[in-house]
Amino acid sequence: MKTTMKEGFDLAMMRGLKKWRLFSLLAALTIFLSGCGEEYLSTLTPAGQVGRDQFNLLLLSSAIMALVIIVVVIIYVVALVKFRRKKVGEDVIPKQVEGSHTLEIVWTVIPILLLIVLAIPTVYYTYKHADVAAMDQVDEEGNKTNVTVNVTAKLYWWEFEYPDLGIVTSQELVVPTDQKVFFNLKAADVKHSFWIPTAGGKMDTNVENVNQFYLEFDEASASLEQGVFYGKCAELCGPSHALMDFKVKTLESDDFNAWVESMKTTQNVATDDLATEGEEIFNTSCIACHATSGAGTTGGVGPNLATFGDRNRVAGFMAHDEENLKKWINNPQEYKPGNLMPQPEAINDGKKFSEDQLDALAAYLMGLSVEK
Amino acid sequence: MREVKVVSSIAKKKGFGATLWDYLTTVDHKKIAVMYLAAGGLFFVIGGIEAMLIRIQLAQPDNDFVSAGLFNEIITMHGTTMIFLAAMPILFGFMNAVMPLQIGARDVAFPFLNSLGFWLFLFGGIFLNLSWFMGGAPDAGWTSYASLSLASPGHGIDFYALGLQIAGAGTYIGGINFLVTIINMRAPGMTYMRMPLFTWTTFVASALILFAFPPLTIGLFFLILDRMFGGNFFDHTMGGNTIIWEHLFWIFGHPEVYILILPAFGIFSEIFALFSRKRLFGYSSMVFATVLIGFLGFMVWAHHMFTVGLGPTANAIFAVATMAIAVPTGMKIFNWLLTIWGGSIKVTTPMLYALGFIPSFVAGGVTGIMQAAAPLDYQLHDSYFIVAHFHYVIVGGVVLAILAAVHLYWPLMFNQMLSEKLGKWTFWFFFIGFHLTFFIQHFLGLMGMPRRVFTFGADQGWDLFNLISSIGAAFMAVGVIILVVNIIITVVKNVPAGNDPWEDGRTLEWAIPQPVPFYNFKQTPLVRGLDTFWIEKQEGNKEGMTYAEPLSDIHMPNNSIIPIVMTFGLFIAAFGALYNGEKDWAIPVIVLGLAITLGSMAVRSIKDDHGFHIHKEDLMNDKGGK
Repeated sequence: MKTTMKEGFDLAMMRGLKKWRLFSLLAALTIFLSGCGEEYLSTLTPAGQVGRDQFNLLLLSSAIMALVIIVVVIIYVVALVKFRRKKVGEDVIPKQVEGSHTLEIVWTVIPILLLIVLAIPTVYYTYKHADVAAMDQVDEEGNKTNVTVNVTAKLYWWEFEYPDLGIVTSQELVVPTDQKVFFNLKAADVKHSFWIPTAGGKMDTNVENVNQFYLEFDEASASLEQGVFYGKCAELCGPSHALMDFKVKTLESDDFNAWVESMKTTQNVATDDLATEGEEIFNTSCIACHATSGAGTTGGVGPNLATFGDRNRVAGFMAHDEENLKKWINNPQEYKPGNLMPQPEAINDGKKFSEDQLDALAAYLMGLSVEK
Repeated sequence: MREVKVVSSIAKKKGFGATLWDYLTTVDHKKIAVMYLAAGGLFFVIGGIEAMLIRIQLAQPDNDFVSAGLFNEIITMHGTTMIFLAAMPILFGFMNAVMPLQIGARDVAFPFLNSLGFWLFLFGGIFLNLSWFMGGAPDAGWTSYASLSLASPGHGIDFYALGLQIAGAGTYIGGINFLVTIINMRAPGMTYMRMPLFTWTTFVASALILFAFPPLTIGLFFLILDRMFGGNFFDHTMGGNTIIWEHLFWIFGHPEVYILILPAFGIFSEIFALFSRKRLFGYSSMVFATVLIGFLGFMVWAHHMFTVGLGPTANAIFAVATMAIAVPTGMKIFNWLLTIWGGSIKVTTPMLYALGFIPSFVAGGVTGIMQAAAPLDYQLHDSYFIVAHFHYVIVGGVVLAILAAVHLYWPLMFNQMLSEKLGKWTFWFFFIGFHLTFFIQHFLGLMGMPRRVFTFGADQGWDLFNLISSIGAAFMAVGVIILVVNIIITVVKNVPAGNDPWEDGRTLEWAIPQPVPFYNFKQTPLVRGLDTFWIEKQEGNKEGMTYAEPLSDIHMPNNSIIPIVMTFGLFIAAFGALYNGEKDWAIPVIVLGLAITLGSMAVRSIKDDHGFHIHKEDLMNDKGGK
């Protein structure tokens, strides 16, 4: 029932647009705008219903506003051409008009009507996008019907806990495509803001309360250039705010379930000698902050590394290769100023990690995977 | 009581020391206006240099021209400086210079407070900028959201809170002063509905200051207490709440936008009428729209907070309320268009700015409506789209108005004309640069670029647009440099412009002989209608004024050094507060500073200062200009 109402509304909106002769303008705008930006990052290439609703609102409002601009520019240009002093004569004193009630009414009433056209879908979508009632829905067996993710934003990384599934990951959000994904958002230190531009608008992660909203994802992200959508922190949170990126991997339902299963049963064991050596270093220096098992709950001091080998970036923003990983481990402050990861001197007897140690750590970390 | 001979006081050429002392102690609204303009102009250049550093850093991906932390200091200081220390003081300068003349007053209602307001602003601004040399500037953005501003190390945020508190007090005093002046000091016949639009917008903007600054003051006091005196207003672990800061800041911050843009509307209203040789179309609806915008300005602050999680009902209400502001703003646009329609348009430099303002501001206005649509704003908020939007309204509205007013009122303030030729060069560089810089930023925002990022990766498709934006910024800088050259050349040449230099002056300020006598009006004028000077000219009155009183003695206020001393005490106390809990001398310094301030207040209260009279006989000899 709900969907038909919604579709009806959307249909009525489109029909209304036609009536307003805005449709052709809209079509032109759509083509123009979709040429802008990367499909894994741009709000102009929406990848789910929420983003699409907001994109439609963008088109509608742009079209109305374009109409206003056109009217203003026409009057402006004509006035400027017709009434230049050169044209009307140097000594002419124009008629000192006081005003016009008719015109005043015209340019009060028409904008009000235009605003009503925009206000109705605005209010509708405001309520629609805030509706998280389905978050607690359960099937006959008492299992949640939708996936919920608890997002915790920290300086400068993201933790994603799946409370109903008993797993936790970080930096790379993994979500299913065929359902609404609900989010509980919170910040652990200072305020951040959770934004996946292709999927829909942002929501702040406050320090004192949990915010809730949902997003939807149409298709698996595997077909994208890098196999992931980009996520951003959208609220200034300190020196490395610009580097507080995350990635979103969307999976078909079956793939998602398989991913969840392998997360639950993560058994990251080093396979070769070098990685084993790395594991030993890791277990003395790193494990106090970084967990390597996907099963668990929120609250990690540092990002959970169970899926490190599957990830798209080192530290959220550097290309995912051993070279960058080693640079990062040996000098996190240089690459992400103000982040809370200790410098190597603090965890390795006052020394930088040697090249051999770094090789071993890199081999171990790159082997941490639930997908391989 | 002191008696002076008028002739000697204006004709004598003074030495540098005497001139300096004169400006330090002056209570004359015209001299205070010059100081506002000079200090605001200096801060405008500083803020502009900060803007250039931002655009250099963002000209290419993965740039390391400035470091991450320094970048945040630069953006914070750019925003704070431009809003509090450049745009508002410069507008205050024009209000001071023009408004009393427009209503036929000899000065503002409280000349002493006028001086105090200026010095508070200047010392607050200097204090804030000293942070650059004393351990680092504030780095939490001009909005200084509480969780980040509490976490920020060093003293940067302390400088922000204390500096703005001092400067804000100055603004508040100035606002009250303008209100009282406009209510009480209008010449006979200058009814409310005959006041020029610039006076009207000054009036409404001052009323907004009256109601908008207290929330900021409270917010800043909370921040000062939290950071320097162990308070916990915003610390959620101790029962505080950071969202309170956001509310307090935006209950101030949104009206602040109108405090800036309404006087800009006023300036453009004057320009359109003057250079179209035509009465402002729909004067009464313009006044009504101004008041309505001012009122609605207080109803919409939460549209800055759509993504905070206030819930759909709050968001929907604030979305619709915000859209409502488009109606009176649209009325204004169409009234301006109809003012030039059927007129006789002369494209001088000020008019060029006014003509450039219409399309720029309309573009900025419509993107504002787009952001009022809350669900769409979830996408646009804190992206480069919003950066583009507010620069379109603030640069395309306020800064264009300021530049227009510099050219328009320069002859009124200094009895010299700025070069029209260079003025037009400034305009074209600035105008083209402005659109080049900011138009493309709308698309950067839509393409997913968040604001306040110190760098961006090359894999995101933002490289070209950012480069174009940076090139545009360079054009704007060239425009401003040409303006500075223009000012220097004009001041050096010093060719007298005389009164009514634009020839079609309509309002009272253009009727006064140049240079404006320090008592403004020898006899208080009688105002016989809207555009009173125009009426007199049309009736062939060579003097340009009808008088409401016979020539008689004029009562004038004495100069005073007390305002600057009073302010200096606060400046000292602020350093004590800054180092509270860190240095032993902190508390004594606070006490010392406050003692200076309270002491000078006591002196001012106890010592009677009756001012002085200019005698009728002296006035008769004084031609007051040419």
